[in-house]
Amino acid sequence: MKYADMVHRCFRCGYCKFTSDYTDFNCPAYRKFRFETYSPGGRMWLIRGWLNGDIKNSERFQEILFSCATCANCVEHCVFTFSDDLVNIFIAAREELVADGLIPPPVRDYLKNIHVNGNPYKAPAAERGKWAEGTSMEAYAGQEYLFYVGCVGSYDERAVKIARAVGTLLVKAGLSIGILGEKETCDGNEVRALGEAGLFEQLAAQNIQAFRDLGVKKVITLDPHAFNAFKNDYPGLGGEFEVYHYTQVLAPLIQGGKVPLKECSLKVTYHDPCYLGRHNTEYQAPRSILKAIPGLELAEMERNGENAFCCGGGGGNFFTDILGGGEESPARLRVREALDTGAEIIAVACPQCAKMLEDAVKSEEMDDRLKVMDIAEIVNGCVI
Amino acid sequence: MTDITQALAGIVGEAYVSNHPEEAYFYARDPGLMPPHAPDYVVVPKVVEEIQEIVSLANREKIPVVPMGAGLALTGLVIPLKGGIVIDMKRMTRILKVNETGRHAIVEGGTSQGLLKSYLEKHHPRLRHSIPDSPATATIAANVMIHGQGRLTQQYGFNSDMITGLEVVLASGQVSRIGSCALSPDWFSKGAPLPDLTGLFLGWFGATGIITKIGVKLYPKKKLRDVEIFLTDRADLVPDMIYELTHTEMVEDINVFAQPKPMIFKDNHHITLFFTGDTDEELEFKRKTIWHSLDRFIRNKDGGFMGVPPVMKPTLLDMPQRSVSRFADVTKGGGFEYSGPIIMVDKYPACAQKILELAEKYDLGYSGMARIIGRSHAMMYGFAFTFNRADPDMMERTRKALHEVSVFALEAGGIFWKATVDEQRMAMEKMDPVTLGLMKMIKEQMDPNGIMNPGNWEVTEV
Repeated sequence: MKYADMVHRCFRCGYCKFTSDYTDFNCPAYRKFRFETYSPGGRMWLIRGWLNGDIKNSERFQEILFSCATCANCVEHCVFTFSDDLVNIFIAAREELVADGLIPPPVRDYLKNIHVNGNPYKAPAAERGKWAEGTSMEAYAGQEYLFYVGCVGSYDERAVKIARAVGTLLVKAGLSIGILGEKETCDGNEVRALGEAGLFEQLAAQNIQAFRDLGVKKVITLDPHAFNAFKNDYPGLGGEFEVYHYTQVLAPLIQGGKVPLKECSLKVTYHDPCYLGRHNTEYQAPRSILKAIPGLELAEMERNGENAFCCGGGGGNFFTDILGGGEESPARLRVREALDTGAEIIAVACPQCAKMLEDAVKSEEMDDRLKVMDIAEIVNGCVI
Repeated sequence: MTDITQALAGIVGEAYVSNHPEEAYFYARDPGLMPPHAPDYVVVPKVVEEIQEIVSLANREKIPVVPMGAGLALTGLVIPLKGGIVIDMKRMTRILKVNETGRHAIVEGGTSQGLLKSYLEKHHPRLRHSIPDSPATATIAANVMIHGQGRLTQQYGFNSDMITGLEVVLASGQVSRIGSCALSPDWFSKGAPLPDLTGLFLGWFGATGIITKIGVKLYPKKKLRDVEIFLTDRADLVPDMIYELTHTEMVEDINVFAQPKPMIFKDNHHITLFFTGDTDEELEFKRKTIWHSLDRFIRNKDGGFMGVPPVMKPTLLDMPQRSVSRFADVTKGGGFEYSGPIIMVDKYPACAQKILELAEKYDLGYSGMARIIGRSHAMMYGFAFTFNRADPDMMERTRKALHEVSVFALEAGGIFWKATVDEQRMAMEKMDPVTLGLMKMIKEQMDPNGIMNPGNWEVTEV
């Protein structure tokens, strides 16, 4: 296994579980399951035990490995010099399990669906650009930017609305932008996180080739997960593009007056997506958009920025649901924290977070007090 | 599911009980060098009533129960030596009350040091507690149960001296309240003027009961805090220096460390002095008073204050000091363990000499660290060795070095702190027989079926 020479170095001191000021346990899997085995240190020790033959691959072991949301809270707070590799170590262990074919059924199904259909929804590729119908979004044909929407934005009912909101806004701001539609395929971020390195490379190669063939130089993503794959993993596979999350493009457009905004009296809290925040240190662009809306009050949750608590959807859990529901699910804990701010809206910048948190709001029966909205949806409602 | 598993699931809920090999593997171990021993079950209760039911079940079925905080003692105190049920306390993290003017807090038995620190900083910025340098996940209850020390130990003694009451689940499953809370709604005294029963539980490592709530004293938190380091190569003078420093009554905490790395630290003893003030004037007055207390040593060229580089200050002022944990990876091996006898301060030179001898004899990386307890009343001298978890030979050498420390400490008149099972046995063999008999009487009365963390303080077998 990759990193096998590193797993014995964990002291299991537990700093990885916390926020930087120790406000709360901040590892979503540990917060849900509460056995030490589900914490980053527990995983490190179990992986070592497994490599040494002291424990065997089992359903429990798989649940422990695949419930990691790859949120990188441990990377942020581990005190050791190998901290940067923690999530990579967990992914490397998943790769071994995938190679052996001994993985949880939902993981198997997800990977199979991506392999067969290019998306996890078993939906036809022809429907991939359907979300853009009725908008002024055009097919990519040499525009300055490619708008990459991803599987969730293309097919998920809730996420489609977000894709439309973002697309509409960017076009309205005068950006030269187009989409791939049915030529788009999965970015592979979750495929990689779930341990199917070969399939990830295949998807990446497919996307890179498609981008090259069309002369794409700049890519705007809807989803921080795709943003992460394009920015951090594709370059190593020959895919060198200028990559932006949509908030990074929208923020300067708003500052430059390209999106005139009216007074909107709203109290909003912002949930940092892990793949935009901790994985790519973009904390400011989404906040600057919200702060630019006249009358909008931004109330931060206790855990924010590099200490933000994951919604529990990362690392493929959005699709596999291994972290699961229940009263202690990360998403439900997160919406309770959001409600504590007194905000009426949780602003998100990720379609996966949107869906996770919206479901949690329903489960907590907070619908009448708290609404989940993507930043683009909030901005659209405040455009003059 | 076995009957016991089913019964436990009926108490805490199926999600919070495990008899899986994965939990058995993990909870069989702590980060130190003690051999593993697997529990049969691990449970993660939420409320005291669940613990009562678990202990009642265990008492009825004669199954061992081992309470566990973060499991960071390093000396194997939460390894279930005879199997049974490990009770992971870390779902019980509520801070139930903070009395600002009475300067105390009541917290649940799984509340971490980090959580209380964070809570006080946000809600009671003029209050603090004596936070140890163990990782922030260490629990307050476990720390006092082992007579831990913390940042305020030089001023107020062991952290176990800073409690204001306990709630304990006894081996029978009954709940007992110890201190003023036994007859008052207020948790302001752990005993006095009543008989102080806290001693039935402190230092016993869970062998007499499980602490489920704890009252902890809080202290004034000054607005400013700084650190100075006095450097000397004269280990023999360190006790005198400590005497002068404690005489000032102006130091928050005194730690002395000596280690070979980085190279510039080698052969010197670093007396690290933390002090606080509400104003710059107060801070500077204390700084100058501390400086002047060591004038004669400076005049005799036996030491001097080193300029603490700005880059080093955050590391030193960090609470808890994360750098302590980093020592585990000096050899890129993820391990360290220390024996930390409580011993008179005048034994500092002998301790400093011993750690050098052992490091050389066993070819180990080391760090010697003394924390002063009270006004020079005692110190904890930590003989810390770092080891590589993937190197069995180095682990064995570390075990041998630590065993030699135990022998040395006892001969030098010290007492083992958070003693390993072997050290407990050594201590009981040397102990005054009447005292040992008293301990035996207590243990037999409080845990007649021998279910409470068995293997530890097996006074009945000595």
